[in-house]
Amino acid sequence: MEPPAVPEEEEEEEEEEGAVPLSMAPGPVGCQLFGYVGIEAVLDQMKIKTMKTGFEFNIMVVGQSGLGKSTMVNTLFKSKVSRKSSQPGQEERIPKTVQLQSITHIIQEKGVKMKLTVTDTPGFGDQINNDNCWDPIIKYINEQYERYLREEILITRKRKIPDTRVHGCVYFVPPTGHWLRPLDLEFMRRLSKIVNVVPVIAKADTLTLEERAEFKQRIQEDLRTHAISVYPQEDFDQDPEDRALNNRIREKIPFAVVGADQEHQVNGKRVLGRKTKWGIIEVENPAHCEFPLLQDLLIRSHLQDLKDITHNVHYESYRVRRLNESNRPGLGPLNGLPAKGEASSHL
Amino acid sequence: MSTAMRYKSKLVNPEEKQDHEKQYVGFATLPNQVHRKSVKKGFDFTLMVAGESGLGKSTLVNSLFLTDLYKDRKLLNAEERINQTVEIIKHTVDIEEKGVKLKLTIVDTPGFGDAVNNTECWKPITDYIDQQFEQYFRDESGLNRKNIQDNRVHCCLYFISPFGHGLRPVDVEFMKALHEKVNIVPLIAKADCLIPSEIRKLKERIREEIDKFGIKVYQFPECDSDEDEEFKQQDRELKAVSVFPPPAPACVFKVKAGYSSSEPLFVGDAISKEERFESAPFAVIGSNTVVEAKGQRVRGRLYPWGIVEVENQAHCDFVKLRNMLIRTHMHDLKDVTCDVHYENYRAQCIQQMTSKLTQDNRIESPIPILPLPTPDTETEKLIKMKDEELRRMQEMLQKMQQQMQDQ
Repeated sequence: MEPPAVPEEEEEEEEEEGAVPLSMAPGPVGCQLFGYVGIEAVLDQMKIKTMKTGFEFNIMVVGQSGLGKSTMVNTLFKSKVSRKSSQPGQEERIPKTVQLQSITHIIQEKGVKMKLTVTDTPGFGDQINNDNCWDPIIKYINEQYERYLREEILITRKRKIPDTRVHGCVYFVPPTGHWLRPLDLEFMRRLSKIVNVVPVIAKADTLTLEERAEFKQRIQEDLRTHAISVYPQEDFDQDPEDRALNNRIREKIPFAVVGADQEHQVNGKRVLGRKTKWGIIEVENPAHCEFPLLQDLLIRSHLQDLKDITHNVHYESYRVRRLNESNRPGLGPLNGLPAKGEASSHL
Repeated sequence: MSTAMRYKSKLVNPEEKQDHEKQYVGFATLPNQVHRKSVKKGFDFTLMVAGESGLGKSTLVNSLFLTDLYKDRKLLNAEERINQTVEIIKHTVDIEEKGVKLKLTIVDTPGFGDAVNNTECWKPITDYIDQQFEQYFRDESGLNRKNIQDNRVHCCLYFISPFGHGLRPVDVEFMKALHEKVNIVPLIAKADCLIPSEIRKLKERIREEIDKFGIKVYQFPECDSDEDEEFKQQDRELKAVSVFPPPAPACVFKVKAGYSSSEPLFVGDAISKEERFESAPFAVIGSNTVVEAKGQRVRGRLYPWGIVEVENQAHCDFVKLRNMLIRTHMHDLKDVTCDVHYENYRAQCIQQMTSKLTQDNRIESPIPILPLPTPDTETEKLIKMKDEELRRMQEMLQKMQQQMQDQ
């Protein structure tokens, strides 16, 4: 998002007068407008433009099988976008290795189009020996960065580079109520460096409110001890207002969520929920679970922020790593020419 | 019984007694004699709990035996957890109810299935079970068999995670490694996160997979025809799917205003005789806390959307598990352990020893020769002294335990 290219009146005058070099010119001085100029109309222009082009959002869900990932994705976007909905009738079987399956849908709301890609990771953490089960995932994420990088350094670039980079990775922690397992720690440690990780407590309807609070505290302690920075990361807060907002969110991470795709009748209203013998768990009721908070974070308030951080921070650090690597002899150059030798990136 | 009735029966008996005495031998009192002797001796029972951490094993054990075995449990911090291996921890507790003493041993297996690489994480557990068999085997074949300690594991409760779609690879491997050494009772843990239709599906799925992989879990023995009617009815209930009645219009839910608990009213939840599905594996919920539900204090879990009662048959299978484990099948579990699993182990052991001997000595020896030391009077005296000491120490320990309990 670039600021409008309207030069301030003050700057222009100073340059003409004393030939002061640009680097030493004082910053733009605010001045009072004594009439309506129309600068704010640029916001409307932007809105119209983005509505025409639409958004892209890529989300990845990771966790052991049976934690409700597909149901959660369906509930988040209120449509059948998960892997299971696209392959109905397929029996649940744990694959022998971690596989990555991406499904893309175009969903629309009030004229705004979104190209949503959900990447699922069946087989993660299900085997007896789960060593390095995160490698296929890391490889996938880096491949998407690589793809974007290659498009970016072409001589004739496309007007809009297709963005397949993963903007957010939702990690499902099983609700043991005790602590993070070694597998969770290993995974989040590795992945929080290359992608925005949002941990959530899955199937939280098995924890009472006190157990939930204790569990969250222990998880937060664990994350601090192991220096794992999950989204929203503290380093990227831009101003105090952001920081205050994000601090409130950080207190509640990880969100305790419950997913449901069936509607029931409660007090005359139709709500999404789970009906048990002792009550109905309403998914969108903040007193029951924190699903509304997750929805707010991922979609209503921080969607653009997720994309920005992916683009400005994670992608840039990948790019820097790649470019540094290619400067060393032996690896193929990254300027659009065909590589001399086999340039397999071992990042 | 009122005094009048008692007096009457006394009057009746003397007349009939004489007739009866002629045909009455008296060995019908044998069960009473056995009963009295066993009450004096007391029972012992060893229960193993296994499963990933966080599935509510400790809570369930506390709920089952209404004790607080895991009072001072310290949860490990981050560094300790990274290098955690599977341990075997034993808790022994003496419980007494209506004059019957039970020495209960719980064998816990913390660390099972928690690491990133869980290859052969069940090995410490199989080793432990084999060790107990071996110790019993040696004691049984030894000279002095008066005070044999029976530490063999009588039952293993295996907790299956309710978050999967059935059995995980770890579950299958564990059960396959142990089903011929111990009675396995699989349980679905933390069943309060599943709605009734999910529980049904999960149970079916697990039963299918247990069949598919050929795992031999503990089967309830069939009732004999001369058992009383109540026992037979209980047995039928254990085997039928009574906990979750079919989702027919027969169920009526009454929902209160607001977000407080809703009370389900079941209309016509009788078990139809046609539905004789097994309700194994049991879907259980445990709780350490007592909550107030419908004016009564019950063991349960309090949620914003309702209260789960642990002892409510409509909520979970806890009552069935407790009845099965303690009230009806405890003795059978011990019998199967002694008659089947231990005998298998013993036969294997002896076979190995004979084959080894024939290999080494090339002698045809039909009788298994155990490597026993030749007895002499000195060692016999020593053994007797040690036995006395052991017994004295056991008594002292019991006294101390009682003192601590009284405090």
